[in-house]
Amino acid sequence: MTHGELWTIKELFVYPNEYIYWSVQIVMYPFMTGLVAGAFVLSSLYHVFGITQLKEMARFALVFSFALLFAAPMPIVLHLQHPLRGINVFMTPHFTSAIAAFGIVFSTYGAIVASELWFLYRKHFVGIALPLKEKQDKTLFEWFKYLVFCALTLGVYDISEESLHRDEKAIKILAGIGIPVACFLHGYAGFIFGSVKANALWMTPLMPVIFIMSAIVSGIALCMLTYIVTMEIRKFLASRRKAADSRYHQSPGEAASAELGVIRITAKYLLFFLIFAISLELLDFVFRGYTAVKSWDVLRSVIYGKDFINIFLLQYTIGNLIPFILFLIPGLTLRRAVVGVILVMFGVFMMRWNVVIGGQAFSLSFAGYMHYHIPVWPHDWETFKEGVMGALAIFIMPFVLFWFISRIFPVFSHEEAHSEKL
Amino acid sequence: MKNHVLRPLYTVIGLVVIVLIVRVFYVPKDFGVHERGYMYGWYRESNIEDWKKFGVKYKFDGDYCSGCHPLNHENIMSSPHAIIPCEDCHGPALGHPDNPAKLAVERSRQHCLRCHARLPYPTSDRANIRGVNPDKHNPDVECVMCHNPHKPSLEGLK
Amino acid sequence: MINRRDFLKNTAIGIAGITLPLAAFEIIRPEKILANMSGTSKTRWVFLVDTYKCVGCGLCVKACKNENEIPYDANVTRTWVERYVITKDGKLHADTPKGARDGFTTSRIELGQGKYEEIRDEDIIKAFFVPKLCNQCENPPCVQVCPVGATYQVPDGVVLVDRKWCIGCGYCIMGCPYGVRFFHPKYHTAEKCNFCYHRITKGLKTACVSACPFGARQIGNLKDPGDPVTKVIMTERVGILKEEYGTKPQVFYLGLDREVK
Ligand code: HEC
Ligand code: HEC
Ligand code: HEC
Ligand code: HEC
Repeated sequence: MTHGELWTIKELFVYPNEYIYWSVQIVMYPFMTGLVAGAFVLSSLYHVFGITQLKEMARFALVFSFALLFAAPMPIVLHLQHPLRGINVFMTPHFTSAIAAFGIVFSTYGAIVASELWFLYRKHFVGIALPLKEKQDKTLFEWFKYLVFCALTLGVYDISEESLHRDEKAIKILAGIGIPVACFLHGYAGFIFGSVKANALWMTPLMPVIFIMSAIVSGIALCMLTYIVTMEIRKFLASRRKAADSRYHQSPGEAASAELGVIRITAKYLLFFLIFAISLELLDFVFRGYTAVKSWDVLRSVIYGKDFINIFLLQYTIGNLIPFILFLIPGLTLRRAVVGVILVMFGVFMMRWNVVIGGQAFSLSFAGYMHYHIPVWPHDWETFKEGVMGALAIFIMPFVLFWFISRIFPVFSHEEAHSEKL
Repeated sequence: MKNHVLRPLYTVIGLVVIVLIVRVFYVPKDFGVHERGYMYGWYRESNIEDWKKFGVKYKFDGDYCSGCHPLNHENIMSSPHAIIPCEDCHGPALGHPDNPAKLAVERSRQHCLRCHARLPYPTSDRANIRGVNPDKHNPDVECVMCHNPHKPSLEGLK
Repeated sequence: MINRRDFLKNTAIGIAGITLPLAAFEIIRPEKILANMSGTSKTRWVFLVDTYKCVGCGLCVKACKNENEIPYDANVTRTWVERYVITKDGKLHADTPKGARDGFTTSRIELGQGKYEEIRDEDIIKAFFVPKLCNQCENPPCVQVCPVGATYQVPDGVVLVDRKWCIGCGYCIMGCPYGVRFFHPKYHTAEKCNFCYHRITKGLKTACVSACPFGARQIGNLKDPGDPVTKVIMTERVGILKEEYGTKPQVFYLGLDREVK
C-alpha cells in the first residue's frame, strides 16, 4: 500500500498523490526539539543571567536537555523511508534545504551542550577515575567504569581551584553562545515549515518565532514537571531512609518549601514566554483573516470548521487559557503547578499537531480535505512507527535516557551522588 | 601549563575530521555541483545514465504491427478507431512476438466505456464521441460481442 | 431606490466580477519564456496540453503506469486527469477517481469516502478534462528543499530523482505545489513524472503522449524554433498552472479555465 494511504481519508477534490505524508512523528519532532531548546534556555537563565533562584533547576535542566538531545532526532529517523541513508544529510548536505542545515545546527548545539556538561562535571569524572586508577585488582565492572570515566575526562586531571574557576568561565561563555544557537535550532524547525511555499498554512515568516516561543514554553514546563516528580520521589525515598536511619538530617518540609520557591520563579518565566507565544499566534490568525488571500477560504474552513475543536478547545482553551489562569491565581501550590505544566505541554503538543496535521488537512487544490486517522494499535512496523505507540515510545525515550545519563552526571549534588555510589 | 579549556573543542574538531574522511569514501566521485548550480544541480551524475537505461515497454509504432497482423491493421485504419494506438487496447508490445508471444486482449466493457460512456460535456471533445448509457445499452454483455473493435461500423447492426 | 450601502456592495461585486475573468487570461509573452531559458543545453523539454481535445479516457494514465513500473493498483500515479464540471448555479464539481486510471465512465462526481454526487446533464454549463503531470519547473521548489541532493534538474530541464540517494524524508513532496510527487510503493523513495526520460532521450515520445489517441498531449523542445510545440507556445494563448508560486512551470495548457486548480 502507498505510504500515507492507511491513515488518510480524502474528502471532495484532492489530487491523487496527496496523502498525509507527514504524520505523528513529524509532530513529535518539533515538539521534542522544542523541549531540548526550552530546557537549555532555562538552564542558561542561571548560567548567563545569574538568576540564582534557578540554580538547582539549571543543572537539572542541562542534563535533561542532553537526554532530550538524543531523543529529538529519533522521530525523523523513524519517519524516514530509508533511515539508514539518513547519514547522507551529513555526507552531501544541500543547504538550500532547511533540513540539511538543520543537521549541522543540531550537531553544533549538541557539541555545546556536551561541552558545557563536561565543564560542569569534570571534577566529578576525575573524582571517580583517580581512585579507580590507584585501586589494585579491579573487578571487570570497575575496569569498565575506569575506562569510561578516563575517556570522559578527556585526559585532563587538573582539578585545582584555578582550573575549576576557568571551567566556570567556560560554562558561562558556552551558555551564552548556546542561547542563540538553541533559538536558532528551534527557529530552524519552524523554518522547515514556514518556508514551504506550497503549503498555505505553513508559509509565514512568523513560523520560526512562534516555534521558538512555544519551544521555550514547553521546555520549561517539562523541566518543571520532571523536577517536581523527581523531587517527590526523592522525598519519598528520603522519608523511608529516615525511618530506617535516624541520622538523616533534612526534614521533608524543608525540601518542599525550597522546591516550591524554585517552581514559583520558573512559573513566572513560563507565563512570560506563553504570553509571547500566544500573541504571535493570534497575530498570525488576524493577519491571515484580514489579508484573506486566495487560500483563506479553505484555511478558514479548516480553522473554524474541521479543526475547530483541536485549535480552539484543545490548544487555546485547555492548553493555554486554563494553565494561564492556574498560574495566575496567587499562592501557587505544587499540585496546581503539576496540572498547569501538563496542560501547557499538551497545549504546545496540540499546537504542533495543528500546524503539521492541520497543514495537510486541506488539499493543494484548495477544494478538498484530508482527515488523519492515527493508527492506535500497531499491527506492523509501519503502523507502530507512524502511530500512537511510536509517538509514545519517542516521548518516553528521554526519560529512560535521563535515567542512564544521570548515572554519569549526577543531577542533584556531587556529594550526595558520591554517597549513593559508595 | 596546558590549557584544558580547549579540550572539548579539539574533540569536536576531531569528530569533524572523521566525518570528512568518511565522506571521501562514502560519497560517489561524480557527486557534485553541475550546470544548474548548487540549488538545482547538486547530484550524482551517473544517475542520469541510470534513468536513461530504464526499460522501455511500449513500442507505439503502428506500422510495426501491420507486418504480421495486416488484417487488423487494415480494418482499423478504415474506421474511426484508426486514431487509437493498438497498444492502448493490447498492452505494452516491446519484445512481442518473441516475448511476450501473445499480447493481452482487453475485452472488458469498462475499456470501451472510457470513451463511449455518454458525457455530454460542452467545451470538451468528449461530447463529440458517440456515447451510450452503460446501464441501458445492453448491459451484462461485452461490447465486442456485437461491435468489432477494429471496425466499429454500425452498419448491419440496426 | 438604492441606498448607499447597497450601491457600494453592488459596485464591489461588479468590479470583482469583471476583474476575475480578466485575471484568468494571463497571456504569456514569448520573450518572457525564452528569457528564462539559459544554459548550454540544446534542449529544454516542455509539454503542451490541449484541454479541448482531452476526452478523459485515461489511457495516458494506464500507459504511464505500465511504462514507468508504478504498481497498477496503488493509488498514486505520475500523471492523472481531472474532471471539472461547472453547473448553472456557478458551482464547481471536480474529481479524479483513481487519477482517472480507468477513465471517466459515469457522470457522477466522486466526493471521497465512498460518496458520489449526481449531476444532471441539463445543469451543466461548462465541463472539461485537464491532464496533469510534473511541470518540470524552471525553479523547482522540490529540488530546492531536498536535503541531500537526491533530486535535481538535468540541464535539459527535466527534474529527476536518484533512487539510490533519496532518504525518503518527504520534504520534496511537501514542497511541490502541484502534488505530483509521492513515495514509490516499492522503492520507498520520492517518485515523480520525468517526461519518460528513458524514452525522450532515445528519440521516442513519452508513453502518455503516444498513448493519447486525440493528440491532447504533446512534448517538445522549446529551444528548437521549428518544433511544432514551440510554435504553439510562442504564437498561441497558452496558460500555466499556479504561476503565483513563482516556480515557472514548463507544462503549457491550451484552454485553461480559472476554475482549474
Ligand atoms: C513479427 C510478427 C508480429 C508482429 C510485428 C506483431 N505480432 Fe502480434 N502476434 C504475432 C504472433 C506470431 C502471434 C501469436 C498468434 C497465436 O499464437 O495465435 C501474435 C499474437 C498477437 C495477439 C494475440 C492474439 C490472440 O489471438 O490472442 C495480439 C493482440 C497481437 N499479437 C497484437 C499485436 C500488436 C498490437 C502488434 C504491434 C505492436 C503486434 N501484435 C505485432 C506476430 C506478430
Ligand atoms: C479499441 C481497442 C482496440 C484497438 C485500438 C486494437 N484492438 Fe485488436 N483487439 C481488440 C479487441 C477487443 C480484440 C478482441 C476481439 C474479439 O474478441 O472479438 C482484439 C483482437 C485482436 C487480435 C486477435 C485476433 C483477432 O483478429 O481477433 C489481434 C491480432 C489484434 N487485435 C491486433 C490489433 C492490432 C495490430 C491493432 C492496431 C492496428 C489493434 N489490434 C488495435 C481491441 C483493439
Ligand atoms: C480512445 C477512445 C475509444 C475507445 C477506447 C473506444 N472507442 Fe469506439 N470510437 C471512438 C471514437 C473517437 C469514435 C469515432 C467518433 C464517433 O463516431 O463517435 C468511435 C466510434 C465507435 C463506434 C461507432 C462507429 C461508427 O461507425 O459510427 C462504435 C460502435 C465504437 N466506437 C465501439 C467501440 C467499442 C466496442 C470499443 C471497445 C472495444 C470502443 N469503441 C473503444 C473512440 C474510442
Ligand atoms: C447486444 C449487442 C450490443 C452490445 C453488447 C453493445 N452494443 Fe452498442 N450497439 C448495438 C446496436 C444494435 C447499435 C445500433 C443501434 C443503436 O443505435 O442503438 C449500437 C450502437 C452503439 C453505438 C452508437 C450509438 C449512436 O448513438 O449511434 C455505440 C457508440 C455503441 N453501440 C457502443 C457500445 C459499447 C461501448 C458497448 C459496450 C459497453 C456496446 N455498444 C455494447 C449493439 C450492441
